Amino acid sequence: MVVVTLRAPLRDLADGHREVHVEGGTVGEALRALELSHPPIAGWILDEHGRVRRHVNVFVNGARAGDGEAVAAGDVLHVLPSISGGTR
Amino acid sequence: MTELLVGTKKGLFVLRGEPGEAFDAVHRAFPGDVVEYAVRDARSGRYFASVTSGFYGPRIFFADDPAGEWRQAEGPAFPDDIPDATVARIWVVEPAEEPRALYAGAAPATLWRSEDDGETWELNRALWAAPTRPEWNPGAGGLMVHTICPWPGDPDRLAVGISAAGVWLTDDRGETWRTGYAGLDPKYVPEEARANTHALCIHKMERAPLRPERLFMQFHGGVYRSDDGGASWADIEAGLPSGFGFPIVVDPADPDSAYVIPLVADVDRVPPDGRLRVFETRDAGTTWAARGDGLPQDNAYLVVLRQAFDDDGGSPLGLYFGATSGDVFGSADGGATWFTAASRLAPVTSVRVSR
Repeated sequence: MVVVTLRAPLRDLADGHREVHVEGGTVGEALRALELSHPPIAGWILDEHGRVRRHVNVFVNGARAGDGEAVAAGDVLHVLPSISGGTR
Repeated sequence: MTELLVGTKKGLFVLRGEPGEAFDAVHRAFPGDVVEYAVRDARSGRYFASVTSGFYGPRIFFADDPAGEWRQAEGPAFPDDIPDATVARIWVVEPAEEPRALYAGAAPATLWRSEDDGETWELNRALWAAPTRPEWNPGAGGLMVHTICPWPGDPDRLAVGISAAGVWLTDDRGETWRTGYAGLDPKYVPEEARANTHALCIHKMERAPLRPERLFMQFHGGVYRSDDGGASWADIEAGLPSGFGFPIVVDPADPDSAYVIPLVADVDRVPPDGRLRVFETRDAGTTWAARGDGLPQDNAYLVVLRQAFDDDGGSPLGLYFGATSGDVFGSADGGATWFTAASRLAPVTSVRVSR
């Protein structure tokens, strides 16, 4: 399984879990599996069409990754707010 | 006790107090996020907040107690058959005329409807499919539905304001739409192009509930009144220091009375001469009078945004507005005198009086 690590406020939407183990062959599949296992997080990382939001960065084992990046069991997927986002 | 819901760039502030005195900030919700709009639905007592995270997107939350738990609504979100659009901001949540029904306006310019007290939302497809939509252009704030004016007692009729695509009207609960462009004069468009333009930058509209065929509008350079439900508009700017501004408020007990807060112009969006003044008409826009007693009258270079001015529906009328300076001002006597309700909040995006 892939390990997805979360920070607040996403962690709070995942019942307080810092790590969630999900199935998936790509970043997008893993994040959609995260939404299915923790419905309150739906729409936060991915938009309504399943694309990673513009100001969210996803890293796989420390390397920046897009939706279609392949992942394998044991990979660690970090979801982090981008420095391009936020509110002035 | 009066309760104000103050949306800001840095969360929602719930202010409570007695008119005439400084209010207490009794709660701050959604820290770090922009609260575009917050309102209490007087029918259900339910509070709504439109919140935009700078990272995680926009959504509507609702709560029975603004200091308690807020729950996420399901949507607004574009359906799968419209794959190229995503909701960017939700500008307004407006109770409809039917029980448990509400509307929301969002960017890109869309109208959404809920029939379950705001828990789920559905796109109005007829407005989305407006044939002129490819010709619509955004204003500085985006391309959005920001104003929704139900018709008291008639759920079939609705007027919405779009920046920058004009007034849209329905007489069949959103099944079909027609424009309310007549009389609007977009001075920012070359004269020879004005007749056929859709670039009509509505800043805010409000309906007079006792005479619902009458609406007042603050335009991007102009103040207007309609006496035919929004189909056509008459210029009522004469007597104001400027036709530019964002919000407009109508006295719910008097269809002839309205309030605006003029700014210099689109190229200099501050109060004229640094004097913060509300202008009032009591004769449907024939004449205007300045109401600034108690408001900053020097070096006041702040902006009051379109959703940041409201009334309490009382008699005498209570008026409240917030500014980009983080100040919130109020009047307990229909604008004759003003007091400072709060200072040094974050830039204010919306003010609504809980009813």
